[in-house]
Amino acid sequence: MKYTIDENGCYGKFGGAFIPEMLYPNVEELRLNYQTIIQSADFINEFQYLLRHYVGRPTPLFFAARLSEKYRAKIFLKREDLCHTGAHKINNTIGQILLARRLGKRKIIAETGAGQHGVATATVCALMGMDCIVYMGQLDMERQRPNVERMRILGAHVIAATSGNMTLKDATNEAMRHWINNPTDTHYIIGSVVGPHPYPDMVAQFQSVISEEIKKQLINEIGNPYPDYVVACVGGGSNAAGAYYHFLNDEPVQLIGVEAAGKGINTNESAATTALGKVGILHGSKSLLMQTEDGQVIEPYSISAGLDYPGIGPLHAHLFDAGRVRFISATDDEAMNAGIELSRLEGIIPAIESAHAVAALSQLALSEEDVVVLNLSGRGDKDLETYIKWGKY
Amino acid sequence: MNRIHELFKQKNKNILSVFFTAGFPKLNDTKIIALALEKAGADMIEIGIPFSDPVADGPVIQQSNKTALDNGMNMKLLLQQVAEIRKTVKLPIILMGYLNPVIQYGIEKFCVEAKQAGVDGLILPDLPLREYETEYKSFFQINDLLNIFLISPTTSDQRINEIDKASNAFIYAVSASSTTGSKTDLSNEQENYLQKLKEMKLKSPFLVGFGISNSTTFSKVCQYGAGAIVGSAFINLLKKTSSMEEDIYRFVKEMVKRETGNSY
Ligand SMILES: Cc1ncc(COP(=O)(O)O)c(C=O)c1O
Repeated sequence: MKYTIDENGCYGKFGGAFIPEMLYPNVEELRLNYQTIIQSADFINEFQYLLRHYVGRPTPLFFAARLSEKYRAKIFLKREDLCHTGAHKINNTIGQILLARRLGKRKIIAETGAGQHGVATATVCALMGMDCIVYMGQLDMERQRPNVERMRILGAHVIAATSGNMTLKDATNEAMRHWINNPTDTHYIIGSVVGPHPYPDMVAQFQSVISEEIKKQLINEIGNPYPDYVVACVGGGSNAAGAYYHFLNDEPVQLIGVEAAGKGINTNESAATTALGKVGILHGSKSLLMQTEDGQVIEPYSISAGLDYPGIGPLHAHLFDAGRVRFISATDDEAMNAGIELSRLEGIIPAIESAHAVAALSQLALSEEDVVVLNLSGRGDKDLETYIKWGKY
Repeated sequence: MNRIHELFKQKNKNILSVFFTAGFPKLNDTKIIALALEKAGADMIEIGIPFSDPVADGPVIQQSNKTALDNGMNMKLLLQQVAEIRKTVKLPIILMGYLNPVIQYGIEKFCVEAKQAGVDGLILPDLPLREYETEYKSFFQINDLLNIFLISPTTSDQRINEIDKASNAFIYAVSASSTTGSKTDLSNEQENYLQKLKEMKLKSPFLVGFGISNSTTFSKVCQYGAGAIVGSAFINLLKKTSSMEEDIYRFVKEMVKRETGNSY
């Protein structure tokens, strides 16, 4: 298994747990217990039950006929946008809250960018009757206002992160600081395949249900489980990790990661980590990181709050390094146009994050026979204000 | 002999180590502050390497990091400043910072140049024990740089013993489960933890840090460890002082007044 973690929690040269000693006991507790817990029958039963009856899984694999006609290929949409709360994020929060309960934790903290992970966390906390604090960059609170209110309605306490660019990175810093200050009764539900080992592996496992379903569904659709392409947007990389997971060792399946180019890769207003990043350490793991020559983290930019992060998960850094995933990018404009296009062609308004994946279709040299699975990670309800502001529809 | 070892040979209690961020409040204040600390009678100085994302730090040190970076502080300049300081200052100098700027500079290059500049030890809070042992230790040792490990109230006894074994300097005992500068008073729970550490009779001495803000807390923790590290309280002073050298002098004298019996 070339693409799984080794005994030190590393994917090749990436990963690990670069954390201050104050966090060591928490992370160690997780590391020692996560596999046993998530492989136990009791956990699996509860997780499966909730995914089915609460999240609404399996999500459909929808053949997008008009989109297929436009791009001259067979394009299927994996409808993570139909998950309860509107994105794939809840697959992970259900898994982690069940784990947190089994570790005897009573309080939950989370960071959020687009607010989808925050909403998914607030939701499962309400479901389980647990206290919930969500850190969110002040700028993101403004651009994703409906999600802030959703979290509050669900009973979560939303705290504005006011350092740095006031986006996802800064919210993550604040969540980590909170965890340092509250080490014993609190579990930190990280929202993507980032953070110290075992988070990247754990989150990838919880999201792997996406590719597990895709494989089964493709057999019905095309007679075999292998598409030619799997396309997903990459912020930290959790929806992509879930969509790739069971295809990683199926080498003929081409895996495509779409990063946010923002205003363009060379404009200094971008979040395209594989294009602009170097090996670095942030938020507890070694990965690719956008940074200055002096090792200071660069504030990324994207119109999409969920992709506005200066790093990617260590799994993706490794997949990039190994050439297993091809990373491309889409600009703000390309993503917005693709969002409108999908709305008009298929009656689906995508999250702006997911619209980046749609925008990548025109960059793939597709042929009529190609089967493409596009992971539609979320729906666009939270982004209405951004669509309205953008205006070109 | 490494200046840190020398210090602990001469003195095993009431050691005062003072932390400040390089390039704060003004870019060239680093040297003025270091000189003033030595003159005032501090035992050791810790110079912070500013980083954009200091996750183990509370608001005061976060802000000093940001100001220092805005002032234009970088690793090269920092090492030049330390070399300047070393021309006169005899105290042990420790650099404290996050790993990313260090690995971007290059770990080997960093260790060589830090040594040349006159640095005695390093505190890299996000460098884990295992990585230190497997990948970093040799560079530290060749350059006679001591690695200072942290422990916190939630660190298990077994882990404390492992860290003690790996340590060739002093151990930095974080006083509470917190980021820097968070708590001001010492709770019973914290004193119990420090008492436990004292009774463990570790081979390495320990200094207590995080939340040591005045002579009362300084004296209290000195009953358990070899001394204490003061950071946020000192940064707060630097933020508001208009006569830096005098205020630093007063700050240090005030901090240790119960131990020295001096009133100034
Ligand atoms: C709908 C949607 N897709 C994608 C992402 C990006 O995260 P990841 O790369 O972890 O899937 C987000 C993050 O908020 C999101 O809300």
